[in-house]
Amino acid sequence: MKQLVIPDVSLGAVGPEIVLVVTAILLLLLEVFTARKEKGYLAYTALGGVLLASAMTANMNGYTEMNFSGMYVVDNFASFFKLVCLLGTGMTILVSVTYTINEGISNGEYYALLLFATSGMFFMISGSDMVTIFMGLEVMSISLYALAGYTRNREKSNEAALKYFVLGALASAFLLYGIALIYGATGSTKLAIIGDSLRTGIANYHLIIIGAALLVVGFGFKISAVPFHMWAPDVYQGAPAPVTAFMSSGPKAATFAAFLRVFNEALPSMQADWWQIFWILSVMTMTVGNIMALRQTDVKRMLAYSSIAHAGYILMGFTTGDWFGVSAILFYMLVYTFMNIGVFAVVTIVARKNEEKTTFEDYTGLGYKHPIIGVTLVVLLFSLIGIPPTAGFVGKFYIFMSALQQGYVWLVIIAVVNSVISVFYYLRLTIVMYMTEETTEALPSLSLSPSLVTALIISIYGSLWLGVMPSSYITFAQAASLIP
Amino acid sequence: MTGLKLIWIVPILPLLGAITNGLIGKLLSKRAVTFVALGSTGFSALFALFAFIELLSLDPSSRISESILFTWIESDKFIAEAGIQIDPLSGVFMLIVTGVGFLIHIYSVGYMGHEDGYSRYFAYLNLFMFSMLLLVLGNNFLIMFIGWEGVGLCSYLLIGYYYDKNSAVDAGKKAFVVNRIGDFGFILAIMWIFWTFGSIDYTSVFPVAHEVLPIGGFTVTGITLLLFIGATGKSAQIPLYTWLPDAMEGPTPVSALIHAATMVTAGVYMVARCNALFNIAPTSMIVVASIGAITALFAATMGLYQYDIKRVLAYSTVSQLGYMFLACGLGAYVAAVFHVITHAFFKACLFLGSGSVIHGLSGEQDMRQMGGLKKLMPLTHITFLISTLAIAGIPVFAGFFSKDEILLSAFFGETQGHLIYWALATTAAAVTSFYMFRLYYLTFSGVLRSTDQHVRDHVHESPPVMTAPLAILAGLAILGGLLGLPIIKDAHILKSFLAPVFSTRGAIEQPHPPMQIEFLLMAVSVGVAVIGIMVARYFYYTNPESAKKLAKKEGWIKIVYRTIQNKYYVDEIYDAIFVKPIFLASRDLLWRIFDMKVIDGLVNGIANFFYKLSQTIRKTQTGFVRNYAMIMVLGVVAVISVWFIVLGD
Amino acid sequence: MLTVNHYLALSGILFVIGTVGVLSKRNIIVVMMCIELMLNAVNLTFITFANYLNDMTGHLFVFMVMAVAGAEAVVGLAIVVALFRNRETLNIDKLNILKN
Repeated sequence: MKQLVIPDVSLGAVGPEIVLVVTAILLLLLEVFTARKEKGYLAYTALGGVLLASAMTANMNGYTEMNFSGMYVVDNFASFFKLVCLLGTGMTILVSVTYTINEGISNGEYYALLLFATSGMFFMISGSDMVTIFMGLEVMSISLYALAGYTRNREKSNEAALKYFVLGALASAFLLYGIALIYGATGSTKLAIIGDSLRTGIANYHLIIIGAALLVVGFGFKISAVPFHMWAPDVYQGAPAPVTAFMSSGPKAATFAAFLRVFNEALPSMQADWWQIFWILSVMTMTVGNIMALRQTDVKRMLAYSSIAHAGYILMGFTTGDWFGVSAILFYMLVYTFMNIGVFAVVTIVARKNEEKTTFEDYTGLGYKHPIIGVTLVVLLFSLIGIPPTAGFVGKFYIFMSALQQGYVWLVIIAVVNSVISVFYYLRLTIVMYMTEETTEALPSLSLSPSLVTALIISIYGSLWLGVMPSSYITFAQAASLIP
Repeated sequence: MTGLKLIWIVPILPLLGAITNGLIGKLLSKRAVTFVALGSTGFSALFALFAFIELLSLDPSSRISESILFTWIESDKFIAEAGIQIDPLSGVFMLIVTGVGFLIHIYSVGYMGHEDGYSRYFAYLNLFMFSMLLLVLGNNFLIMFIGWEGVGLCSYLLIGYYYDKNSAVDAGKKAFVVNRIGDFGFILAIMWIFWTFGSIDYTSVFPVAHEVLPIGGFTVTGITLLLFIGATGKSAQIPLYTWLPDAMEGPTPVSALIHAATMVTAGVYMVARCNALFNIAPTSMIVVASIGAITALFAATMGLYQYDIKRVLAYSTVSQLGYMFLACGLGAYVAAVFHVITHAFFKACLFLGSGSVIHGLSGEQDMRQMGGLKKLMPLTHITFLISTLAIAGIPVFAGFFSKDEILLSAFFGETQGHLIYWALATTAAAVTSFYMFRLYYLTFSGVLRSTDQHVRDHVHESPPVMTAPLAILAGLAILGGLLGLPIIKDAHILKSFLAPVFSTRGAIEQPHPPMQIEFLLMAVSVGVAVIGIMVARYFYYTNPESAKKLAKKEGWIKIVYRTIQNKYYVDEIYDAIFVKPIFLASRDLLWRIFDMKVIDGLVNGIANFFYKLSQTIRKTQTGFVRNYAMIMVLGVVAVISVWFIVLGD
Repeated sequence: MLTVNHYLALSGILFVIGTVGVLSKRNIIVVMMCIELMLNAVNLTFITFANYLNDMTGHLFVFMVMAVAGAEAVVGLAIVVALFRNRETLNIDKLNILKN
């Protein structure tokens, strides 16, 4: 019989999470006690929570600490990803303010779910034990299932939620099985101990391989790596636009964080094997994503495929297994969050009530009717293409360089060819925007609230400033790189 | 020296102009927009001139100045500093860009005066100036690439300037996409350079290139070929030239600035800048020279059939760029840069002249509707004639000197097959002088053929704001050749000025040819040019149309008419035997089949392939959850089996 | 005598049955039950290993999984209810608006 050990509880380490969860619960309560007219303030309450959590997270930057019996770690790597997630959440809240009012959906639960999902991401990012990572992943996923179906009167939203739920649960089951097998092989769920037992070679090799492969599936699903990407286009298209924005940034970043931590801390001794798996996944993901995007007619769906393609580029950083690749992933995730949420903010604006206007034709002449929105979207799309001096270019260049450093010449060539292909569909949208075919029906004018404008300004700032002066952010990303 | 440290002001000024006009241009009066646009470029040009004079005052060996503005990307493996560098090569380009750019800005005030989106136009144009200056003044490959993409972007925006014309939008898109294909090569080359040298700064790559890389090795050949792919895209060489003729959809001053004088020469600049790499890659040099020579002739024949005045000039630009690459490929970088300079003058003048013609004829671009403008637009006519003579390679005019230098280096070159290059280039010169004078006669001689009364009534000479730049450029098209004096001696002004930039290591030494042969060759090139002019005169000046009018009169004129008719008959025979086949070949074989089917087909074919592929794979996305789950499970099986079978013990 | 391998085989078989169920069943409720089956199969694996390794983490994990499965079922059923209101079907193959 083992002796009962009281674990070390360090509430300071989970301060941001506590703030997020408490704010979320507060929102649920406020929802009941707030008059209908004043519900708009709930968004700002949520935003306050996010800002407070950001401040606390930023404050933690610089020190490394293990807490809760080694189940929870606070380090630069975690802080960086947490800030990226908070950025995503904060911008999503800004984008959602008008959306929730226009669609007439209840505020409190919506923002509470966003914050719960964010807290889940935090546990994934900081988890140094499979238990923590799995719990975080589920908290995040379950909130996202609900968010995807949040506009419950729209059939598309229902369908998206159900597809996401069924496939997500299936992926979770695979992930869980993988964890179980690794646990069986190594006798622990702690990443450090798994790593040690693999290094000493006492673990059952076959169980580990199957387990690791199942982990790839489980995480690959969340980052929409081909062939586990099938849910992404349908869900992105069906889910409410701000939720799609949210899904494409924070959850992806958090999954990448957990993915990186698991493979680099628990399975580094198998790097010789798994880089090849990631090589194949990366190529498949970017190629399928880009090619599928070419013929889309719905902008949200096109962006879903573009998001898949970007996951493919990010996976390139995985193959390297060194600090350079990891810091490239960190930087790319930051850039991607800035630009992608900005694009979805524009999609939200253009979509109008009930999200009816999401096809390419609905963007006809946007550039003239609303020059500022038009230029904003063009800048963001150029950043997604990776045209200098936008941040997208630096992100791509950095990540391609990291792969080249390891001598993956072919991978880089394929990636560059892919980014040439991607020009076609992004450019298609900008061209449609600057065509002047008179539309027959008079559309209601676009509503630009201050919060949306703020979101757009932030994303433009990120997409340009990180392209012109990326140096300090890159230093930050390198300091946060997991591998020394 | 201090002046050179402040060189960053040169690109920054147009950027400020672009920002001002782009953001608040709509609120400003037209006069204020003009003031901002012209002021920023004017001061930029002035400053560039001062900087250049300061550069000249330095000792030739120390004519280089680098100023680091800020660190762009830094890591312990890799550092890229955003910096500006001026040396003779970038100095020359800087002068062309700011000088010609400023003139074209002035011209645009008149040309675009009646257009909507005046401030938008100038914002784009200033942005272009900024990007182009960044391209030539950058101190590393990344900065060059940023400028490279920037000019491509501005070109795309300006081609599609008349956004209500679908053809303009399509042309813009085509330019953008084709350029991206070239950029693909460029960015790969940059990464490869970085990988090989651990740096992308010019100063840490070029001086050590010959030590790090063996001559003709795989790496250097690969890098230079990839660089050259980038150059073919930007400088419209075979096979990526198709976007340039379509780019003529943009406003004419844009065609003059971007698609003739500056942006399209960026490829030449890049190859010249990387001469240290190209010199040690003989295979790449042969590729560059061959593509250049073939493009020069091919594009020239393409110009034969066109009736759109701007398209003729576009093909001629492609052809002239071919000359520049031929020179680069032969190692005669100075000749290439020399031709860039003279070409900037006379081609900008030609484009602006054509713009003046189009402006005077209320937007008419078809040469069949022109004619007789000699008297109606005298200033335009005289400047156009000067530039036409310059491009045809008639002595005294600038084009003669630079073209002749290229022909000479081809004739005396040591590259294998240099005589073939010489023959190709000389033939191209003959064709050039023919189609350019065809253009000249169709436009300016005879009578105005347009039947549109509105056009006929409104023919007018352009305002001074447009003709003044024409006059200045025409003057430069005459005087520009002085840079190449004395042409016989080994080192002329330009050559000794540029000498520090071009490494002699591994370079093909130009032998000292006997003077008599040089004169003979000069005579040959002038001879073919004159023959071209005479043939053009014969067909387009001795006009069958006027002959028909004579026929209607009675008396002795009838006899005259008969002889003329006989001539016409000769014409017909000649036409049938000689001209028609060439024309048909030019039109059907080259233009229709090669240009449209093969090249466009290749580009479109690749695009279509991906579209088809996209359409096919899309079907896998059935929308059925169970199918998705099935694919996921198969993925699981695949990952596990790959891990076991491929990677397993 | 039942060894570890027997338990592992059983849980593996249950997991596969669950997977096949997800792939072949059309009724959404049945699909959800199959997912539950998969999770429980994993639980069995955890318990087996925990017992074999004489380690408590596996037990802990099982409780976590049960909690998660409960939460998942709640949200899943809520989604199904919302869906049923709009579409009046539980056939997963009828959900086909979003495709290509």
